[in-house]
Amino acid sequence: MTTTDFDPGAAAAQATAAILHDTLHGTDRGVVVDSPPGAGKSTLVVRAALELADAGRPLMVVAQTNAQVDDLVLRLAEKNPELPVGRLHSSDADPYDKALDDLPSVRKSAKAADLREARVVLSTAAKWAHVKVDEPWRHAIVDEAYQMRSDSLLAVAGLFERALFVGDPGQLDPFAIVGSEQWAGLSYDPSASAVSTLLAHNPGLPQHRLPVSWRLPASAAPLVSGAFYPYTPFRSGTGHGDRRLAFAVPSDGSGPDRVIDEAAESGWGLLELPARHTPRTDPEAVRAVATVVRRLLDRGGAALSERSPAPSPLTADRIAVGTAHRDQAAAVRAALAELGVRDVTVDTANRLQGREYDVTVVLHPLSGRPDATAFHLETGRLCVLASRHRHACIVVCRAGVTDLLDDYPSTEPVQLGALMKFPDGWEANHAVLAHLTEHRVTWRP
Amino acid sequence: MSLITTLARLEAVSTGTAQPAATVRHRHLSAHPLVFVPLTTAGETGAPLGALVGTDRDAPRLLVVPQPRDRDLRFTFLAELADVVLPHLDSYADSVEAAERTETDPETGKRVKVEVELCADAPQLIVPGRAGIEYVRLLGRSMRFRRTAEQDPEAPYPAPPRVPLLGRWLTHFGERARVPGSALLLAMTDLLSRHWATGQSGIEDQHLGALLAWIAPPEGSTGAQAARVAELARDGDGQLRCPPAGPATDPAFDNRLLAPALERYDRARTALAEAADGLQADGRLAILTAAEREVRALVESRTRPTWDAVWQGLDLLRGLPEGARAEERWTRDRWSFTGHRDRVLAGEPPQPRRDDAVTAANKLATREREQARLDAQEALDDPLVMAGRRLSGEAFAGEVLDVVMAYSEGRRPSPRPLVTVRTEDRPQLGERAKAYRSLDGRPQSAEFVGYEAEGVLVLRVLDKMGRGKEPEEGSVPEKGDRLVFTLFEHEQRGGARLPDPEQTPWTHGGPPGEAAPEAPDTVTAEDVL
Repeated sequence: MTTTDFDPGAAAAQATAAILHDTLHGTDRGVVVDSPPGAGKSTLVVRAALELADAGRPLMVVAQTNAQVDDLVLRLAEKNPELPVGRLHSSDADPYDKALDDLPSVRKSAKAADLREARVVLSTAAKWAHVKVDEPWRHAIVDEAYQMRSDSLLAVAGLFERALFVGDPGQLDPFAIVGSEQWAGLSYDPSASAVSTLLAHNPGLPQHRLPVSWRLPASAAPLVSGAFYPYTPFRSGTGHGDRRLAFAVPSDGSGPDRVIDEAAESGWGLLELPARHTPRTDPEAVRAVATVVRRLLDRGGAALSERSPAPSPLTADRIAVGTAHRDQAAAVRAALAELGVRDVTVDTANRLQGREYDVTVVLHPLSGRPDATAFHLETGRLCVLASRHRHACIVVCRAGVTDLLDDYPSTEPVQLGALMKFPDGWEANHAVLAHLTEHRVTWRP
Repeated sequence: MSLITTLARLEAVSTGTAQPAATVRHRHLSAHPLVFVPLTTAGETGAPLGALVGTDRDAPRLLVVPQPRDRDLRFTFLAELADVVLPHLDSYADSVEAAERTETDPETGKRVKVEVELCADAPQLIVPGRAGIEYVRLLGRSMRFRRTAEQDPEAPYPAPPRVPLLGRWLTHFGERARVPGSALLLAMTDLLSRHWATGQSGIEDQHLGALLAWIAPPEGSTGAQAARVAELARDGDGQLRCPPAGPATDPAFDNRLLAPALERYDRARTALAEAADGLQADGRLAILTAAEREVRALVESRTRPTWDAVWQGLDLLRGLPEGARAEERWTRDRWSFTGHRDRVLAGEPPQPRRDDAVTAANKLATREREQARLDAQEALDDPLVMAGRRLSGEAFAGEVLDVVMAYSEGRRPSPRPLVTVRTEDRPQLGERAKAYRSLDGRPQSAEFVGYEAEGVLVLRVLDKMGRGKEPEEGSVPEKGDRLVFTLFEHEQRGGARLPDPEQTPWTHGGPPGEAAPEAPDTVTAEDVL
């Protein structure tokens, strides 16, 4: 298939139709959908929920965080304001988004029994685990199933008869804060992802894949697909000319401005600082990240995309900074505040999962490190950081990461029976770096 | 490694001695710990060579397998080990106190309180290092499924009585050791490196001799020098002056001393078996006894330094006062011990080879909860640990500058005082972040309102002020108080109840069913080389 005869809309529609058919009319107890970044996962979940509700099947939806649940409720209500929806929430203070209070068809309660009238009930996996029912729901949708741990699926699986599992296999795997090697290789390893346990016990379940990323631009999809999804490639929904990023203020010739121009032109930019071993919150690199963000805002950026004929201004809420560690995020926030920048999202890869921005600025997880640990090499971490943008991604990194990777090949012990993940972080990191090197701007602050 | 640990290690390097990493002892230590120093044979997994074991530092019991490949001798060793360990465990099993536990009533399904026994104290097992804990697990696994002649008269190689029982207990101790903060089975290297930071890497800290050298270097030597001597110094025969704490032995010892001694023992045994008459046999028996004594002396010479080192470590640790919340965690260990005692008494089968899905998930949930609890409790018990959390932005200490009374909105206004705190720490406070302080041991929560100035922040106190309109006496911070707030919770909530194993859902393979005997591995070409 060549670019000319590939119709992304038709390919996506075909995949969605097959998924809905298996979900509504299939005989299997589960359906699994792999969705690459920005492939319309939430749209699919909302659509499947509406169709299942229309078919008169009581439906429960399991998401992983309260923000995800609230987001789904809002989307459901937007598509069908009449549908009686239940939002099951915790008994903490402020358990859900206040915006839900404005929706007349959405009922909120901390008790599942209060929501019996609702056709669709949504909550987090943690809350569902406390629910007891006499009769299970006919159907469930499990969102972000690859980020759900096997043990939390175990706690909720008794609540439903059949389920649609949707998630992104390339993002961060769930983790445990204590060692779990004891169970490595068991099909029901409680620290593994819910999907790996589900498929190990039910290998015959239908598996689908969403083939088109609507978020990632044509400049990013091939790299992300090749580096992180080598066996399940996907395409960008837009072509090379469809998205443009332009700046009103010309470059002042500094490193940050040059890397911004490179990224605006090609979709990628690498701002390379001199090689050096640094503490995690490398002050120079942190300041470089903050400066790039400051300049992105100062230069009056405008983003043109297929969404509207007129370019939209590149404002602070359309920019995000991604880091590996929380203290790095805190350091970047402090540096941004010093430069007078507000409202730019700064977070770790874990918290940026599922979010979307026009431009992202990433502090490379291996920048300035003397070693490459499994945490920093984890494929999903880099994948999340490199796939949040609609227009451009700028990576700030110290030189020498390639050598670091060569010095530290993966040394994780091989566990018998455990599923090997491909590609490994080492390989994915090399692939991304090799590509970024073509868009390198070296800078000595 | 946290920033404060890095600093402590750097300081240890520059001063030459280990630096305190704690001001209190974060693990309960029994008054009569059972110390166990095992050695294993190179080249064969789970073939013990010998051990020193006991509760009296001056009179350890030496157990030796003069020919580790001989299964009968191995069984003798394990039976002797059971004779030392099991009576010690039993001595704790009978002294009980009454306690309450919440259980699900099988008839009504309701949660009800039941009176149960709780052992007043529990036995504590101490091994030199983490490899020792692994070895305890290995011994447990190799013994607990053995059948004695009494259990199964047909068993081809019956185990001595009590050996399977010892296996079940060692398995229980090994499994409990995986729970963060537990103290039933402890490794001395873990204990010491929790309380002192040395100028070497974490892996090097696994060497008990080197670790002790950093903490208590001999007079006239720095920790770094003494650690180097402990790791490398050899005598005229090429033997390490500080033998490794085991269970693995030094290859130079294996090759030059142990192997020839075992060979002499083998030869003496063969000669005895071939003795022509009683007189000849008497002479050869004396040679065999001498050969056995030689192996025993070798094993003792390699375990005794470690034995003494473990007791030296215990002395050092006892010099620290016990952390306030260590006792509470020890109570959980007592519950764990009591629970296994009850399972043994009830005649339940040994622990299965592998956990089922529900058991595995329950264990993981417990351990994660205990890890969070341990992290919080250690910080609350120990200002030095709290300093580390403050340094990483997870807590802050400061002085109360002002308290303004305020009330919540609603029909029944409750007190929500605003407290202004000045701090030199840099907490990572997000919008409306929660902060907790310890109010007479109970956590009082507050909400971050905002910064008033650089280093001056305002908190809104949310709870633990009683039911009335006016807060209870002493429940609200006062001007001039010096307080520590943490951004992490002090207590852990219980997790959700998982289904019973018989109710395992389809996603996890359904109920486990009856345990079917596993098919042995198929024989491959490599098996018959």
